[in-house]
Amino acid sequence: MKTYYNPEDLKKFGKIGDFQKPLADKFFDYYGEVFKEGALTAREKSLIALAVAHAIQCPYCIDAYTTDTMEKGCDEEQMMEAVHVAAAIRGGASLVHATQMMNKANELSM
Amino acid sequence: MKSLKAQQSKLSNSTYELEVLEANTPTGFEETAFSQKLRGINLYPLKPTQIEILQINMGKMCNQVCKHCHVDAGPDRKEIMTQDVMQHCLDVIRQHDVKTVDLTGGAPEMNPNFRWFVTEIRKISQSVNIIVRCNLTIIVANPKYNDLPEFFKEHQIEVVSSLPYFTANKTDSQRGDGVFDKSIRALEMLNAVGYGVEGSGLTLNLVYNPSGAFMPAAQDALELEFKKRLKNGYNLVFNSLYTITNLPISRFLDYLINSGNYEAYMEKLISAFNPVAAANVMCRNTISVGWDGYLFDCDFNQMLDLKVAAEGSQHIADWNQAALTNREIIVKQHCYGCTAGAGSSCGGATS
Ligand code: SF4
Ligand code: SF4
Repeated sequence: MKTYYNPEDLKKFGKIGDFQKPLADKFFDYYGEVFKEGALTAREKSLIALAVAHAIQCPYCIDAYTTDTMEKGCDEEQMMEAVHVAAAIRGGASLVHATQMMNKANELSM
Repeated sequence: MKSLKAQQSKLSNSTYELEVLEANTPTGFEETAFSQKLRGINLYPLKPTQIEILQINMGKMCNQVCKHCHVDAGPDRKEIMTQDVMQHCLDVIRQHDVKTVDLTGGAPEMNPNFRWFVTEIRKISQSVNIIVRCNLTIIVANPKYNDLPEFFKEHQIEVVSSLPYFTANKTDSQRGDGVFDKSIRALEMLNAVGYGVEGSGLTLNLVYNPSGAFMPAAQDALELEFKKRLKNGYNLVFNSLYTITNLPISRFLDYLINSGNYEAYMEKLISAFNPVAAANVMCRNTISVGWDGYLFDCDFNQMLDLKVAAEGSQHIADWNQAALTNREIIVKQHCYGCTAGAGSSCGGATS
């Protein structure tokens, strides 16, 4: 079946360097640096990545960071809490705009 | 749950297991025989460095039936070591410079001659390091085992115990319902006599292995997390955490195949091949003894029935140190489990 998303394509991520290698190299260097143990642990970064993956709804990233968080020793409760953080921020981002709606509604109302 | 053997599963036959491992190389990885990989880094044929550890499998009988068990152990397995074979082990420990005796199973404590054997090993030497791989729940399985912590202490045993996670659901999904709570009770009993407690001199190490088809976390980071969670949640202490990779044999292989994870898991192990871990595989300083006295390069080769390639020295009764030290270690595709990422051994990560 033809589909835009194929799980097998995730493994080809490195191949983006086949076109415009210098840019890909810079990106992957940066990527590697970002996920290193730093002021945040590698485990904390992985949970952030999992949450962001859900916020941007990237199936590749969800696949990759579900595995990665498990390989960093996280369990389902922690993973789901991370997704709820993403959902709360997304939901909150919609709802906080209600203040604009309210402002406008008040402006137009007697 | 029953053992694969009791279910008469094809995978309880080691010849068939090896065929599956050889025949099912993931696509794109056809040229990756483990021996070739070792040749590429000048490690083939793989030779021992020296024999320091005697790992003795006292039998396949166990009170648990963990889903990942590479021994295919369980209450329905009756194969256990006789006192006669133990006597041969004692002779080897006495005559050769064995630094560590590592007792495993199954649940080694279920062997009726377990306490006698431990006592005899301790009589030979005060300094030999004796490890018991205790599954924890055995301590609370029956009143006759409740004093095991005291017995371990009296004989200065190092206790190494599996606890795949610091929560019940992940632990129980791998090791069986109720195992987490029982393990916590057993850990309390071990702590109570001093195991894992700073300054006691009594070592309690825990083993983490992933509850599924993924790689273990970095050992140091996970140890910190385990220490924090066990201390805060249950007021428990321990010494070190060993992270272990599940090898694709026996019940874990059965799980991989049935869950459709086999190919991706092998790919992961092969891609994560680490030459440093390869140089440090545990078979280079260990001999593994089966319940019936036969000798193997490691507990995994034992389960695959790959006896040591040491002519005239394949049984503990015929121990020939020179032949064993000069042997070639038998390596197959399952060995990728020992060399992936940070490496894996009975003592945790190897690089
Ligand atoms: S993993 Fe250990 S405790 Fe679990 S069934 Fe196998 S021998 Fe028993
Ligand atoms: S599976 Fe056994 S023989 Fe193979 S590398 Fe690991 S310890 Fe050595």
